[in-house]
Amino acid sequence: MGIKDKVAIVGMGCTRFGERWDAGYEDLIVEAFQEALEDAGMEKEDIEMAWLGTCFEEVFAGKSALPLSVTLKLPFIPVTRVENFCATGSEALRAACYAVASGACEVALALGVEKLKDVGYGGLPEFGAAMGSKNRIIFPNVTAPGAFAMMAVRYFDTYGLSPERGREVLAKISVKSHRNGAKNPKAHLRREIKVEEALGAPIIAWPLGLYDCCGVSDGAAAAIVVRAEKAREYREDPVYVKAMQVATSSGEELLYRWDGCHVETTVRAARRAYQEAGVQDPRRELDLLEVHDCFSITELVTYEDLGISPRGKAAEDVEAGFFELDGEIPCQPDGGLKCFGHPIGASGLRMVYEIYKQLQGKAGPRQLRDPRLGLTHNLGGFPPMSVVSVCLFGLDRG
Amino acid sequence: MVGIASCGVYLPRYRMDRAVLYEAVASWLNPAALLPGERTVANWDEDSLTMGVEAARDCLGEEREGIGAVYFATTTPPYAERMNAAILATALDLGEEVKTADFTGSPAAGLRALLSAFEEAREGKRVLVVASDCRRGRAGSLQEAMYGDAAAAVLVGEERLARLEGFHSLSQDFPDYWRVEGEVFTRSWEDRWIREEGYFKFLRLSVQGLLGKHGLEPSRISRVALPPLFPRDHPRLARELGFSPEQVQPSLFEQVGNAGAAHPLLLLAAALEEVEPGGKVVVAGYGAGSDSLLLTVTGKGGGKVRRALARRKELNSYERYLAWREMMPVEKGLRGEEIAPTSLSLSWRERRAILALVGARCRACGVPQYPPQRVCVACGGTDLEPYRFSDRRGRIFSYTEDMLAFSVNRPAIYGIVDFEGGGRFWFDFTDCEAGELRVGAPVRMSFRRKYVDPVRGIVTYFWKAVPEVGDGDQG
Repeated sequence: MGIKDKVAIVGMGCTRFGERWDAGYEDLIVEAFQEALEDAGMEKEDIEMAWLGTCFEEVFAGKSALPLSVTLKLPFIPVTRVENFCATGSEALRAACYAVASGACEVALALGVEKLKDVGYGGLPEFGAAMGSKNRIIFPNVTAPGAFAMMAVRYFDTYGLSPERGREVLAKISVKSHRNGAKNPKAHLRREIKVEEALGAPIIAWPLGLYDCCGVSDGAAAAIVVRAEKAREYREDPVYVKAMQVATSSGEELLYRWDGCHVETTVRAARRAYQEAGVQDPRRELDLLEVHDCFSITELVTYEDLGISPRGKAAEDVEAGFFELDGEIPCQPDGGLKCFGHPIGASGLRMVYEIYKQLQGKAGPRQLRDPRLGLTHNLGGFPPMSVVSVCLFGLDRG
Repeated sequence: MVGIASCGVYLPRYRMDRAVLYEAVASWLNPAALLPGERTVANWDEDSLTMGVEAARDCLGEEREGIGAVYFATTTPPYAERMNAAILATALDLGEEVKTADFTGSPAAGLRALLSAFEEAREGKRVLVVASDCRRGRAGSLQEAMYGDAAAAVLVGEERLARLEGFHSLSQDFPDYWRVEGEVFTRSWEDRWIREEGYFKFLRLSVQGLLGKHGLEPSRISRVALPPLFPRDHPRLARELGFSPEQVQPSLFEQVGNAGAAHPLLLLAAALEEVEPGGKVVVAGYGAGSDSLLLTVTGKGGGKVRRALARRKELNSYERYLAWREMMPVEKGLRGEEIAPTSLSLSWRERRAILALVGARCRACGVPQYPPQRVCVACGGTDLEPYRFSDRRGRIFSYTEDMLAFSVNRPAIYGIVDFEGGGRFWFDFTDCEAGELRVGAPVRMSFRRKYVDPVRGIVTYFWKAVPEVGDGDQG
């Protein structure tokens, strides 16, 4: 079962991410949508159905899909808002792809947008209202860096890494993403950093420092998808959906059984995605990765959860340069969440945007040599209470 | 006959040397009024109710059966309307057939609640009396230096520790200290008048009245527990009453301070740990007159006061103390000001889960889980029974020190706790500092303020984990 080779992406757009004090959510939507439309060579009226992905509606434009349809003046077509924490953008794309794969429509739009920088303080908006009245009482006053920091503490403890050694490995992951992000004109943070700089930065949530945390950004990204057999009518180099899988926590990891140094939903989603796409050995078959590096520790455990690095050994791959732009499997060629930035609802689609451009050979100074198969990994929530999307995209229609 | 079945005490971990206080407010002080020693300081997430719950747990252990009433005595009730004793009974998971009552209005409330409990116990009931105080004095005031935060609990019923022989009460509208509705700080009349016209006279009347009733000379008393006023008044009072220094229970003024309603119960607990069975103990309280009671010791208490005194950490920042007691405006940041709505109907429906930390255990596979699940997390079964986690100890599975999260006492320290016997959840950690924690360290659960909703005027309580990483934890 699955939708392998049933759906193709024929147009994509992505705004510059960053502190877009100049832009409201309407500006971001229009910017991403126009690029996608022009890229696909379509008219607005060609879009038959649309999905809007946005997470923090309370600091944005309110609930429902109306912010998308009204901003773009979509002509009374069905538009739906989806939300699944930080995996929201991937969910918008999944809905659009399923609509096309099912035959419900020929052309569908997925657009993810987040306007975070109107909150008034750093970091994500306070979770208080978002987590529900009961959880607000029984959970600590958790922030995202805090929730992921606990995975770093656990990982260091389990694999015998001293805090100094563990933090150094994590710093190297961020240094790599900064190096890539500096090459990306749409990235939020475009500056190379050194390991010592990362290690000397203020602690946000022990053991994670400032440079272990991704940018909090405004931005939007969009994709237009069509039936695979019609894709070449729109362009020469469509990108085919090879796998699209989501795994959602069962409660087991939070309440009962979890080692604290991996994300079970990534393991499950990846396993199903490889099966759907027919990937036997991801370490040999994948050409590039865009993973959910909300924090450096997330990227580290994701290498292992995706079956690329052996358990507890990801640090060795990091130090060997395995994931560098010139390594065996480049990871975060666009700078990742770390440097491209993380406008929640847009991030899943932004990852696909990089894979799409890389597969088409249009990634500019960070272009990889002939990639054929790329993976996106988009994680929402906290490690033991999460929703993870793993998708595979390829240039060749099987 | 009625007596005392068990006692419990709670002292907050933090102690402030009075010299720290005097250094901060030096120029406002009358040098003649300087007091020696240190005082206890409740953490920012503690109040009279949370300390009361801890003292009650110390008193009861895991015992919950057969308690017919709970009395809570304090001059600093968190709620002026909404029964604090009922919150306390819920936190202890005592069930619904418990009579609850708040006693307040004067530090005398502690002993008067105890005397009422003895009367109630004559009808065969076991009554839990909890006295607690967390009083604030204006910066630089005498009260600020005198007061200490503490709680004590006494389970009245069978004579496991002591038998009540009798008591003597004297009630007066003596306006030594007062505070009208809506005021935070206590006012007082001249201290010399309080001492001569109040403290000495009333205590003489009540203690001598008690001894007279029972035809006892002071020499027949093994231990007399008198309330503190100023350091030199305590021995003078004992002397004037005819007691020798070795008969006098140390007042704890230089270790705790004056703990208000809790103080006589605290000294009672201390005396019952030191006096051998057969000995006679007099406990006297001061406030709105004076009350005295006479007990014969029947058993030996378990070193709880000594342990509470040993569990300590010095608080060397007066400013931090002011911030904890909300006496100094502290920057919260926009993040800290974001207050989501609190739902009281939800809190009521989930009261056992929230206030008593009751989760669930699967009847099929036996796995404990928190919060209570409708479907078992281990086997998928749907037949689960209540399971209380508050008395379970745990270990730190992981933790962090979060500088981004709002906390009155940054960084916000929280983590994941694995309970002995099973069950895992995320909790705030309290009574600890950054750098003290490690994976695998033992924790115990403590009832605390979770947050205050200033819009609706709601104090929300929940449980936090206290890492056992400091002085006196292993006592």
